[in-house]
Amino acid sequence: MAEPILEVKELVKHYPLTQGIVFKRQVGAVRAVDGVSFELAKGETLGIVGESGCGKSTLAKVLMNLEKATSGQVLFKGEDITRLSGAGLKAVRRNIQMVFQDPYTSLNPRMTVGDIIGEPFEIHPEVAPKGDRRKAVQDLLDVVGLNPEYINRYPHQFSGGQRQRIGIARGLALKPEIIICDEPVSALDVSVQAQVINLLEQLQNDFQLSYMFIAHDLSIVRHISDRVGVMYLGTMVEIGTEEEIYSHPTHPYTQALLSAVPVPDPTGREQRERILLSGDIPSPANPPSGCRFRTRCWKAEERCSTEVPLLAVPAALSGAAAHESACHFAEVRDVIGTG
Amino acid sequence: MTDMTQPAKKDGTGAGRGAVEVPAARRESLVPGTPLLEVDDLHIEFHTRDGVAKAVNGVSYSVSAGETLAVLGESGSGKSVTAQAIMGILDMPPGRITAGSVRFRGEDLLTMTPRARRAVRGRKIAMIFQDALSSLNPVLSVGYQLGEMFRVHEGAGRKEAREKAVELMERVRIPAARQRVDDYPHQFSGGMRQRIMIAMALALQPDLIIADEPTTALDVTVQAQVMDLLAELQAEFNMGLILITHDLGVVADVADKIAVMYAGRIVETAPVHELYARPAHPYTRGLLNSIPRLDQKGQSLYAIQGLPPSLLRIPDGCAFNPRCDRAQDVCRTELPRLVPVLDAQGADLPGRRSACHFWKETLHG
Repeated sequence: MAEPILEVKELVKHYPLTQGIVFKRQVGAVRAVDGVSFELAKGETLGIVGESGCGKSTLAKVLMNLEKATSGQVLFKGEDITRLSGAGLKAVRRNIQMVFQDPYTSLNPRMTVGDIIGEPFEIHPEVAPKGDRRKAVQDLLDVVGLNPEYINRYPHQFSGGQRQRIGIARGLALKPEIIICDEPVSALDVSVQAQVINLLEQLQNDFQLSYMFIAHDLSIVRHISDRVGVMYLGTMVEIGTEEEIYSHPTHPYTQALLSAVPVPDPTGREQRERILLSGDIPSPANPPSGCRFRTRCWKAEERCSTEVPLLAVPAALSGAAAHESACHFAEVRDVIGTG
Repeated sequence: MTDMTQPAKKDGTGAGRGAVEVPAARRESLVPGTPLLEVDDLHIEFHTRDGVAKAVNGVSYSVSAGETLAVLGESGSGKSVTAQAIMGILDMPPGRITAGSVRFRGEDLLTMTPRARRAVRGRKIAMIFQDALSSLNPVLSVGYQLGEMFRVHEGAGRKEAREKAVELMERVRIPAARQRVDDYPHQFSGGMRQRIMIAMALALQPDLIIADEPTTALDVTVQAQVMDLLAELQAEFNMGLILITHDLGVVADVADKIAVMYAGRIVETAPVHELYARPAHPYTRGLLNSIPRLDQKGQSLYAIQGLPPSLLRIPDGCAFNPRCDRAQDVCRTELPRLVPVLDAQGADLPGRRSACHFWKETLHG
């Protein structure tokens, strides 16, 4: 693998739960992200999947330093950005940008498209000198496939897919090296999703971008990602290349998640193996002891409630199955029938 | 309280009393395959500040007992508006039904008196909405809301209604139903809330359920649980089901037949297997090609160019023509009718129709 551009080590984000009005005391914590480690290489796309409440969006916010990490490190080219503030943080943030889920609420309705896309230049004037800004914004519009003449329009004059392109143009403005996409297409219609996905892929090739692609749609994540990480209740339970995760999943949660995806092909729908999980995801304020998935796992034994499984390559597995998985009883089970 | 139950009781003893007995008898006498619900040439428009939005422009479909019809379409295709018209919950004004009929067991729902309509709604045809949290009343316990169905429609007493609410909650497999019957909606998870919505729709054992994006707000593992439950209950009660969705995956899992909608019209209907194997409309084909697959990585995605049209200005001819890579002059001037589709030998393909001038080329070419 190429040189990692971003390294995340044992990242933790807890939100304290307090009681009392005058004398606040901490009575617990919501463990939104609880010890997550991974690397992101230059030009690579890392997909992060998981159900709502698993901490994937909190992870994105901590990486952007929009939320202060409780502990752990986020190394951007070797520099720990969780310790930075002021000018140092501002410089790093130029290189990590974000595209948000909802293009209807993430664009200010009172600003023109030109002002929205040009706003990053106000904060980082060194990227585009004042005289050139209008031209720079028009270039960006062109890059994301919008008519440069639309520069004076307002967000409400655009459709959902076009608005997401505006959000992407804003993310590209400062020529970042990493873009974090948090559910970038889930608010869009099916026929428009493909357009935006193709745009993201093309931009990655043109500008050598690294993506962290957070989504709950497993098919889209497979399509766009080189490597995929699966999160459950604040922890990474399995991580590997897209082939390893989808065709050779070893963690029971990954297997259940994959088997639950409705496949748009009715042939053999009766034969398709389905792992139906019982119950709901437990509260991150009070996660189960040991393995966090054990309360919904069909393999759970005594050991799972006492010993936390570490994210490591299981010794017993080889070949494509040998990728990092946090399960005491990791074994391959092909649930989507790729053979 | 008494004010609320009084008219309902009257309803129950009048038209309602007979109706309670009839469905079972009718259900038996109903020839399998005879449509339960027939929507015929329905037109709906909305009067807005910017002009008339033509949301539904001649939709026809039918559902039989025990059958699942999936209505597939993107936002603005008119799939939900059609369902609201069937249920009689369309906001009028601004909405207006300008033509067409909705026949339930042969009776036109649109020309019924409001009172007769109320007897059908909830009792014969029930609906499940997308967003359970905003569909349930946050200040009433779920037991009260479930029991309301029995109190209003069947004149049950409070105790009896509560008992039946517990039974319903057990039926949709909510754990510890008896302890949770007095809980409020916010105390349940998303999946459990959707189960409560399903329980409410099932309460009076309707003949037809309309589910409008029932699992869109749920996570995949929970979505699988809820869809399985819905399919199981449908088989048990031999209900007709109209499943409204934009998710091609969910459709493939549960539907018997599919109607694809675009800009207020049905552009293709087909049995589920055939639609996925050989689409007969360029829009359907484009949709199927534009979704990434789970079982292989694949190359660049096919993307349908352009955007769905504004309902204020639907293009002349075929509404899909500005986005279609097969469009000819005839597509820009002449509206294609929904015609039966034939196989390569000229034999009829049952249940298959397409509204494309070039369905032959799309299907066989």
